[in-house]
Amino acid sequence: MNDALAIEPAETPLTPESWGKLGMWIFLVGDAMSFGGLLAAYAAYRSSSPDWPLPSSKLGIGLTAVMTFILICSSVSMVKGLSAIKRGDQKGLVRWLALTVIFGTFFLGCQAYEWTHLFEHGAQYTGHLFWTTFFTLTGFHGMHVTGGVIYLAVMAVLGARGKFTQANHNPIEIAGLYWHFVDLVWILIFTFVYLI
Amino acid sequence: MSDHKEPNYIAIWGWLLLLTITEVATTRLPIPRLTMAILLVGQAMTKALLVAMYFMHLKYEKKVLGMIAFTPLVLCVFLSVMLLPDSKHDPNAASQGPPASAPAEGAEHGEAPAAETPAPAPEGH
Repeated sequence: MNDALAIEPAETPLTPESWGKLGMWIFLVGDAMSFGGLLAAYAAYRSSSPDWPLPSSKLGIGLTAVMTFILICSSVSMVKGLSAIKRGDQKGLVRWLALTVIFGTFFLGCQAYEWTHLFEHGAQYTGHLFWTTFFTLTGFHGMHVTGGVIYLAVMAVLGARGKFTQANHNPIEIAGLYWHFVDLVWILIFTFVYLI
Repeated sequence: MSDHKEPNYIAIWGWLLLLTITEVATTRLPIPRLTMAILLVGQAMTKALLVAMYFMHLKYEKKVLGMIAFTPLVLCVFLSVMLLPDSKHDPNAASQGPPASAPAEGAEHGEAPAAETPAPAPEGH
């Protein structure tokens, strides 16, 4: 027993609950740098461009404010799902996860509507750096939301099969970390790309 | 962190919603662009902090984990500052850029370019 512990301790110093949680944090820190790199490039292009349009003159702020609201709601439903399984409420977990998936899908629907609308009004990915950076940033984020919706849908199915219990709630907390990170990044994109 | 008291998630939701509304309202205020940008960044950072602290439970984790999570922000600010010399707007470059796609905005920057654009100095090696 003690020998096994010496090889691979059951507890990590940073996240005593599980190694998986530490793994997710390491992934998120790296992922934050990819978003950070894109945002820094956006700032550099914008400040060196002589004809950068005011975002609110090209983009719909109302729709994206609603999208922000949806993601905030989805973060709450996510933590509610975690609270449910921490109490051992498996049905509650599945219900909250399903609601989170619906919120995420609705967000993607809004984004698809927004992009279609912009393309119809002449926006081109390679037209102006304003559009290149806009579609790259929001597209990269949209891919994260898509991944998150699939991730959470899988967790909901596993939850419905009774895989998660009061004692085994860590996978839900780890999935939640990813989902909240996607929400956090959207808060920043909404401000830097749409509002400022 | 498993044993901490659960935060009031609905209150956090309320704060995030309120800050989103004040952000949109801030963009309508008749204030200078720089002041507006500072206000918006402040509000966005507050929202991001609320999400990280309460939804991602950083408030209840070991301090070191919080410091690790904070590192990308520092690095990205550093990266942006390092890019600043490259992004200084050169008025001479305006004449070489693509035609303005937003004439209303472009007009603001569209000062007549210097009479003769000097040939670029040869790059040193």
